[in-house]
Amino acid sequence: MPLALAALVLLGVGLGLALLWIGELEGFAAGGIFFLHVPVALTAYALLVWGAWKALRLLWTRDERYDLESYTGIHVGLIFALLTLVTGSIWARAEWGVWWDWRDRQLVTFLILFLFYSAYFMLRYSIEPGAARARIPAVYALFGVVLIPVSFLAVRLADQFLHRTPLIRGGRPDIEGQVLAVFGVCFAGALSLAAAMYAIELAGKRLDARLQEAR
Amino acid sequence: MIAARGLSKRYGTKRVFEGLDLDVPAGGFVLVTGPNGSGKTTLLRLVAGLAAPTAGELEVAADRGRIGFLAHEPLVYRELSALQNLDLYGRLYHVPERRERIGMLLERFGLWESRREPVASFSRGMQQRLALCRALLHGPDLLLLDEPFNALDGAGAALLDGELAALAGRTFLVATHDPVRLRPLATATLALA
Amino acid sequence: MTYLRDAAALARKDLLLELRGKETVPAMVLFVVAVFVAFRFALPQEQEQAAGGLLWVAIVLTALLGLVRAFVPEREQRVLDALVLAPCDRSAIWLGKALSVLAFLLVAEAAALPLFAAFFEPVDAATVGAVLLADVGLCAVGALLAAMAVAGRAREVLLPLLFLPLAVPVVIGGVGATVTDDPARYLGFLALYDAIFAILAWATFEYVVTE
Repeated sequence: MPLALAALVLLGVGLGLALLWIGELEGFAAGGIFFLHVPVALTAYALLVWGAWKALRLLWTRDERYDLESYTGIHVGLIFALLTLVTGSIWARAEWGVWWDWRDRQLVTFLILFLFYSAYFMLRYSIEPGAARARIPAVYALFGVVLIPVSFLAVRLADQFLHRTPLIRGGRPDIEGQVLAVFGVCFAGALSLAAAMYAIELAGKRLDARLQEAR
Repeated sequence: MIAARGLSKRYGTKRVFEGLDLDVPAGGFVLVTGPNGSGKTTLLRLVAGLAAPTAGELEVAADRGRIGFLAHEPLVYRELSALQNLDLYGRLYHVPERRERIGMLLERFGLWESRREPVASFSRGMQQRLALCRALLHGPDLLLLDEPFNALDGAGAALLDGELAALAGRTFLVATHDPVRLRPLATATLALA
Repeated sequence: MTYLRDAAALARKDLLLELRGKETVPAMVLFVVAVFVAFRFALPQEQEQAAGGLLWVAIVLTALLGLVRAFVPEREQRVLDALVLAPCDRSAIWLGKALSVLAFLLVAEAAALPLFAAFFEPVDAATVGAVLLADVGLCAVGALLAAMAVAGRAREVLLPLLFLPLAVPVVIGGVGATVTDDPARYLGFLALYDAIFAILAWATFEYVVTE
């Protein structure tokens, strides 16, 4: 699949450049993981918003087609959310020596969202096949997309009483042209990877559905 | 009153029926017959608006306030009394002179004496009679009845017979596996495979 | 407005059911007291200040207890069909349910807050305000989620999973109002949460109960 190939190439080039630029592996883990963690996080957000948009279209038009699109978007989004948590954890380990840092707002927000969207799948499969199996998760997806800014704001507010010391990220590269370029490549790579996974999974699910119907 | 073309309903991969055509004119009395699982209940639910068709067109010329629905279950709160249940539905359907109407129906269906007892203490036949009160409470133009004679004893069945006769002129779609009883009233029959 | 009267009729029905059955509210009160007792032993001596935060965990869990029972009578006897068939706006079903759960929660808290003050530390006005705001948000969201959970299997297990992530911002708002010197911004946040999610729940409830 050309898209998957493009994704791998872009990611490879992007990460390779980051490595080259930073020089050693340790530095990479501390600062360079930024090039992986942030694009992955942004891509996760994009996928979840995509899933919510498709959910809205489903509710508006009743076109069943949107159900699989919404579901797949959220599924790949959840995978990327998990990747965000993992890369965030690696970053925390490299920088602070701990496997989890409650002061990282992005990370904590993703934890909340991860729990929320995991429940999406439990909800979906607890409902018998039929129109409700598409509609109810679609409404839930809308709640999710609203939860994204609300939980981010909440976590931010929590900082005031949870931690006296705000999180300062050491080792993050200063914003320069080079950094931006590498970041851009990695971001494009992450997005292409997401798009490839989305397309593959959606095609697979559509095929499944058609086979089921033919039976 | 009801017009359906090519109506289909499926739940996931399970097909209930396909390509159904139906025409019920105002004042018509249509029986829906067929073995268990043939989709009689599903058809009634579609007409009531409780389910949406998977394919095809369905037009029902009565809005929710003008439809009376009798399901397999009585659709009442078992822990509340007959009076409390009908009072709730009376409020939701904005029935004018609610108390009088409820009293009249309870009396007509022989439930007046037990009106304050929890429905859980009712026999199945009494629950069915209460369900009929619920369906008729707001004086609907279109009546969708799913096996209305279920669980009714001789007295209850006679009450229902009288009621159906009294409601002549309204539109009926009745699912039944015992069409013989209702044939005299029916203007048409739809047999589901 | 008939909309409000419809919602009131439905809430009234839930209150009547509770008066007959007397199951939910006593359970909620006992539960919250039991949670307090468990807290007492969960807090080592120096950390008694943490009690303020734990109050909020107790509230969320007690709300959850009330919500788990929320649509059970409708689903068990399929009465929900009859409610959906009624000519009223479907969101009135949500509003009626949210109001009745809110009423139960307030009764439970009327018992719980004085007890908390006796067991742990005094409860100030900001906390009470936060509790009221939080209750509205929890019940608004919870009533819709309860309707979702009841549409499938394993509903008692599913509702906590659906509810708790959405309850986290409420806990944050509540704890902030209780322990910090600047409760206003947390109360404001809770009000924002309430407005956003109540509107969303009101607008989408129809899609949860119809096909």
